[in-house]
Amino acid sequence: MIALVRTKSLRILETIGDYVSLVIDVLLSALKKPPSWTLIREQLFHIGVLSLSVVAITGFTTGFVLAAQSFYQLGEKGLSGVTGVLVAKSMITELGPILTAFMVTGRVGSSMCAELGTMKVTEQIDALKSMAVNPNSYLIAPRFIAGIVMIPPLTLFSTMMGIFGGYLIAVNLFNLPASSYFAPMQIHITLFDVATGFIKSFVFGLLMVTVCCYRGMKTSGGAAGVGRATTQSVVTSYILILLSDFFLTMGLNLLHQKMHFDWMKGI
Amino acid sequence: MIHIKDVWKKYGHIDVLKGLNLDVKQGEILVILGRSGAGKSVLLRQIIGIEKPDRGSIEVDGVMISDIKKNEIYKAVKDMGMLFQGAALFDSMNIEQNTAFYLEQHGDPITGKKFSPAEIKNKVEEALAMVGLDGTEKKMPSDLSGGMRKRAGLARLIVYRPKILLYDEPTTGLDPITAQQINELIVQTQNELKGTSIVVTHDIASALYMADRLALHQEGQISVVAEPEPFFKTDNPTINFLRENLTHNQRKPQ
Repeated sequence: MIALVRTKSLRILETIGDYVSLVIDVLLSALKKPPSWTLIREQLFHIGVLSLSVVAITGFTTGFVLAAQSFYQLGEKGLSGVTGVLVAKSMITELGPILTAFMVTGRVGSSMCAELGTMKVTEQIDALKSMAVNPNSYLIAPRFIAGIVMIPPLTLFSTMMGIFGGYLIAVNLFNLPASSYFAPMQIHITLFDVATGFIKSFVFGLLMVTVCCYRGMKTSGGAAGVGRATTQSVVTSYILILLSDFFLTMGLNLLHQKMHFDWMKGI
Repeated sequence: MIHIKDVWKKYGHIDVLKGLNLDVKQGEILVILGRSGAGKSVLLRQIIGIEKPDRGSIEVDGVMISDIKKNEIYKAVKDMGMLFQGAALFDSMNIEQNTAFYLEQHGDPITGKKFSPAEIKNKVEEALAMVGLDGTEKKMPSDLSGGMRKRAGLARLIVYRPKILLYDEPTTGLDPITAQQINELIVQTQNELKGTSIVVTHDIASALYMADRLALHQEGQISVVAEPEPFFKTDNPTINFLRENLTHNQRKPQ
């Protein structure tokens, strides 16, 4: 039993070490010899443009549900006026980044892993190495750059669609005045909320791309192995995104409180 | 040219290479024979730096491939090339893009001179014509048969004229006519490039056709290395079996 735990722990540590080493190698190779613009552009289109409709629908429908729930739950207590703020705050700080990261992981991360995994099991990655091409630099760096560049704007787009979706429901279905939906946002939505959403989307994008590429590059065992790696890449990305969301929420709020406290002490 | 000394490689709990020693001479075609799973392909992967041995040394043209740093390996293998068992063509690229890949990435392997698109196109057409695949430039690898894919893989290899060529079972799974075409192409490439070739195969007829020397890979080691005639005179159970089952008697044309 102890031996089994020891073996499993060593394997987990080995995987983490391998993953970190891959991320460092990708960063160094991208800095040393930036990937060609053609490769980056291809990935920007694949990750960004082709995901627009998915994240728009996700944000939009989430906005519907949030507005409806807020209205029914808070309306009874005479708080229907905070519907807009609740939708906006939830979308900006939590649901926008999380749902966008989940949708992009499902749509793009899984395909990245499957593509790299297939290349691995059919020796295409070995063929790249045999032609003196670093696969980390040629295959992963463009995906990495495109991922961290595109996920924040996708999150912003999804968030805006969510706020707009909430507006449509709140104003047209529940007859809230448009001004009461938007006006409180100017007071209650702070720069800190926007920064939180942006930082989270950046970190989620980074995790999604690196985990999916790492799993793809470590694929073995033919077609079944590609299937397994793809499932693992999505599950691992989801878990890491959720865990990092908690730590980021705690860390950023504590930091914000400390900064606010220091500022108060100053005056 | 290539000096392999006491190379060990383990996968899981299995030692695939067990203190393997081998010297390959400049300008020769060395054919490595051995049973499936003996570790012949593993040896090729160590030579070209795709994997590192656990122990031992591999020196290629004065460069210690086995000790080289991870980020320097790509520079060291620039004038080497390998034909993979399944050809390993990039399935997102057509045959022209596959064949042009090395030239677009590195230019000339020796001088590093970048080629113009027109020069690359000419070289690609020349290489594809050499393997009898002219007219397939715009086809995707999935549109080609197994034999055509192998030939496209060979075109991708010879287009940049590497000094060291490694072939992993180039004729496996091919009909005898296509297999013979591949054999002829390997010999023709060798004669043109004046490089050094290592061919791993199970196909005795192909081995006899191509080989300057033959090596027998057994139990993780090279047990016999010799020119074809003395090789087949060696008293070894595997060679005795091969000799008894030899139906072809073709030799490399002089």
